[in-house]
Amino acid sequence: MNLTIPSIHYLAILPVMVLLGASLVLLGSVALVRSRVSNLVATTITSLAGVAALVITFVQWAYVANHGATTTIAHAVVLDGFSVVATGVIAVALVMATLVAHDWARREDVRAAEYQVLALAASAGAVLMTQANDLVVIFLGLEILSIGLYVLAAFDRRRSSSAEAALKYFLLGSFASAVFVYGAALVYGATGSTNLSDVSYFLGANVLLRPGLLYAGGALLLVGFAFKVAAVPFHLWSPDVYQGSPTPVTGYMASIVKVGAFAALLRVLVSALGTQMDTWRPILWALIVLTTLVGASLGIVQRNVKRMLAYSSINHAGFMLLGVWAATTRGTAATLFYAMTYAPLVVATFAIVTLVGGRGDDHHDVDYYRGLARRQPWLGGALALFLLAQLGAPLTTGFYAKFVVLASAVDVGGSALAVIALLGAAIAAFFYLRWIVALYAEGDERAIAHHVAVPRATAVVIVLGVAVTVVFGVWPGPLAALAQHATLLFTP
Amino acid sequence: MHSSLWLTVLLVVPVVGAAVAAVSRTRAYAVAVVTATIELILSLIVLVLYNAHIAGAHTLDFAGRWVLAAPLGLAYDVAVDGISVFMVVLTALVVWLALLGARERRREPAFVAWLLLLTAFTMGSFVAHDLFEFFIFFELTLVPSYFIIAQWGGRERSRAALKFFVYTFTGSAFLFVGTLYLGFAHQHQTGGALTFAYSALASTAMSHGTAVWLFVAFAIAFAVKSPIWPLHTWSPITYAEAPTAGSIEFSALLAKLGSYGLLRFAVGLFPLALPDMRPVVLTLAVIGIVYGSALACVTPDLKRLVAYSSVAQMGFITLGVMTGSKIAMVGAVLLMFNHGVITAGFFLIIGFLERRRGTATIRDLTGLQGPAPVLAALFTVVMLASIGLPGLSGFVSEYLILIGTFATHTWWAVVATLGVVLAALYLLWAYQRVFHGRAAEENATIADASGAERWVLVPVVILIVVLGVFPKPMLDRITPSVQQLIEHVAPAGVSK
Repeated sequence: MNLTIPSIHYLAILPVMVLLGASLVLLGSVALVRSRVSNLVATTITSLAGVAALVITFVQWAYVANHGATTTIAHAVVLDGFSVVATGVIAVALVMATLVAHDWARREDVRAAEYQVLALAASAGAVLMTQANDLVVIFLGLEILSIGLYVLAAFDRRRSSSAEAALKYFLLGSFASAVFVYGAALVYGATGSTNLSDVSYFLGANVLLRPGLLYAGGALLLVGFAFKVAAVPFHLWSPDVYQGSPTPVTGYMASIVKVGAFAALLRVLVSALGTQMDTWRPILWALIVLTTLVGASLGIVQRNVKRMLAYSSINHAGFMLLGVWAATTRGTAATLFYAMTYAPLVVATFAIVTLVGGRGDDHHDVDYYRGLARRQPWLGGALALFLLAQLGAPLTTGFYAKFVVLASAVDVGGSALAVIALLGAAIAAFFYLRWIVALYAEGDERAIAHHVAVPRATAVVIVLGVAVTVVFGVWPGPLAALAQHATLLFTP
Repeated sequence: MHSSLWLTVLLVVPVVGAAVAAVSRTRAYAVAVVTATIELILSLIVLVLYNAHIAGAHTLDFAGRWVLAAPLGLAYDVAVDGISVFMVVLTALVVWLALLGARERRREPAFVAWLLLLTAFTMGSFVAHDLFEFFIFFELTLVPSYFIIAQWGGRERSRAALKFFVYTFTGSAFLFVGTLYLGFAHQHQTGGALTFAYSALASTAMSHGTAVWLFVAFAIAFAVKSPIWPLHTWSPITYAEAPTAGSIEFSALLAKLGSYGLLRFAVGLFPLALPDMRPVVLTLAVIGIVYGSALACVTPDLKRLVAYSSVAQMGFITLGVMTGSKIAMVGAVLLMFNHGVITAGFFLIIGFLERRRGTATIRDLTGLQGPAPVLAALFTVVMLASIGLPGLSGFVSEYLILIGTFATHTWWAVVATLGVVLAALYLLWAYQRVFHGRAAEENATIADASGAERWVLVPVVILIVVLGVFPKPMLDRITPSVQQLIEHVAPAGVSK
């Protein structure tokens, strides 16, 4: 057997290497250093790795701008504008989530080093997913991402709900992974390759007389992705897992899983299966309708804010799917833009939820928020802003995020779909507003007044979240241009 | 052509005022009043400077356009014409009245900050000359409105705020998608960049079916805001539960965003849809007039009475906007302004009564004429203007609408006239119950209008009387712009 090592373009995989490397260094030091690795050291290493990954994306961007998009490692990994920007988003989300987790670990007195090891590994998986040009690599990234998150979900060992969430996430998640792999196998059977470019080329050059195998494979891949992004009807795990997981983990999960999974989904559906658009678009149409409407409607009856945010994130997934449905450059740019704005927003939202959760991480009833904005105007105001942004109020990034995805759908004749999605947003307004009402409610007997301490690292995250939301909400030009340029360099 | 800087200043002043007021704890009210006064003066300067006859610019003045984010088609584009210039003045005037006449002392800095922000956003909607920009401002008005109701409202404030927000937000969904659709239709035709500039979109060619769909999408959003029957159900509870200043802003001002949008965007952009949609909207407007008037007759609460009366009045405005007759359209614009002033007067006086008696329920108030003759007299003037007594402002506008409608849509005008009769009925009846009779206990001892309260209502009364006997300056400015709108719409089969 002749084994050839494919050529490796190291710049392309440098972010993954940095993140995985930092994870290994941290893991090694946890095992080898006799005294306990302090939280501060772990957080510093993780943040530095995240910042390094972010810096590398600048270099990558310059490279892509000068040399164009490339593939490497036997065309399994790509380096294009899209992957670079998505990597940058993951890096930012990682740094923000790390800072939140730092304060949380100190409050809960858990060992942050192990936490950060897993967070770094998971983000490496997410980055790999954004760069994957092969179904096997997507699977690899998906598993690295998911396994890290399974453990993170169980991280708070003192709370049984944490273990329960982790088990649920693990069982359903591995089921979804299995479905995905099966789908990949069927696609391989139908087209003779797992490489997305090859699949796309094969389908462009051949007409399948019996497309059943390909359709079955594509459908299973879609189901696998729908599980990961929690699209209705594959969303059932998400409220329980969001509720049970430690709050910083939930925020992290909500941001990087979405970025990674949507990047891979776009590559699979738009790049590889773009020729089969007429087949998968109606399915996606139904998925979007269900996801936006059901996600929003079920959110109304929740009292636990983490569950509310779970349904809110389902609703957002529906909106991000709109860009995929459009299956155009504009749609791809729109979904990327949505991810760019949503990731920092959701991490910052969960940062505040983490703080209000208090020691023990269980103050998540909406009543705990009564009068928060009265007692602590800055903290409460920031949360109100985040909720308004998630709702899609103008002058926040959330508005333009909704705008671009809806625009991409309307552009290709999806006006009805856009109206339905917006009605979903109007329904979702109920629970965002109810939460805001609670924030500004006057103190009464139901109020559980306690002062919410804001540690420094988390404060930085919240301020960053506010800054991103407002600055790019008022002036979305740069971000929109970045998303657009990124997709111009989208390959294949 | 005057510089668009004037309009930009009109937008910036209230925002700055809001920021300063929010941080100045004790002087917030003073800051707000100064800001509102500057804003009012500026808007009057714009009105005086406004020149309808600029060569090549139709009737637009103060125009300026800057593209902010090309990929999104986002632009800052402002201009006023003879229609919007009065809406600009109304915006500045109403917030000034609301601040002076309905001071809210609970957490005042936040309250006045929201109020000033609301002013800025409303102002933005009226001066926007770009559909997407209009939409942004239109949506933005929801946020301060929501907070004003939810934080300073009456007992049912949470429910009222939620109902208001969700209703309007849902309506906007259709406007949003319609806007996007139109923008892309235009882009696909021209092959150029994505733009939402009003003048560009107005020339978009579209099929009859498309025009009807888009008109419906736009009309739903504006019908919710106006409100037009049957999408009015949010308004009574909102007007009744909002703090007085909020009620003034919503009914006198924000409702006009609906009718203004209908006139400028739904009618102006989709003339092809008018032959089909006109009978539908006119019928809804007439139903609204009769329905609103009928409910105003039986409602037990003064605030709700004004709310239902507003439904009827907005029905008149819709009638004037939709008939396509020039006279009626001019009358509709005039009524937008006059109704704003009159409703502001109503809510101010009701606010004074509520401040004294803690209630606006008609049954709890009797015989107030004895202890408070000045209040009674002021209420009379406002009421008579609303009924449409000749010589007062309400008469001119309703008269123009009715004769214009009669010429083109006789039967609708006949039914609508019923609304005028009913208005006399419910208002005079309410007046009788509240001000006539013998004042008992608490009612007997209420204080008459204080000096400040009288002074606030002086501009209202002056406007009611002056615009009733001498509306010519307003008509001279409105007519060319309406004429121009009709000429744009006319080729698609608009009568006279």
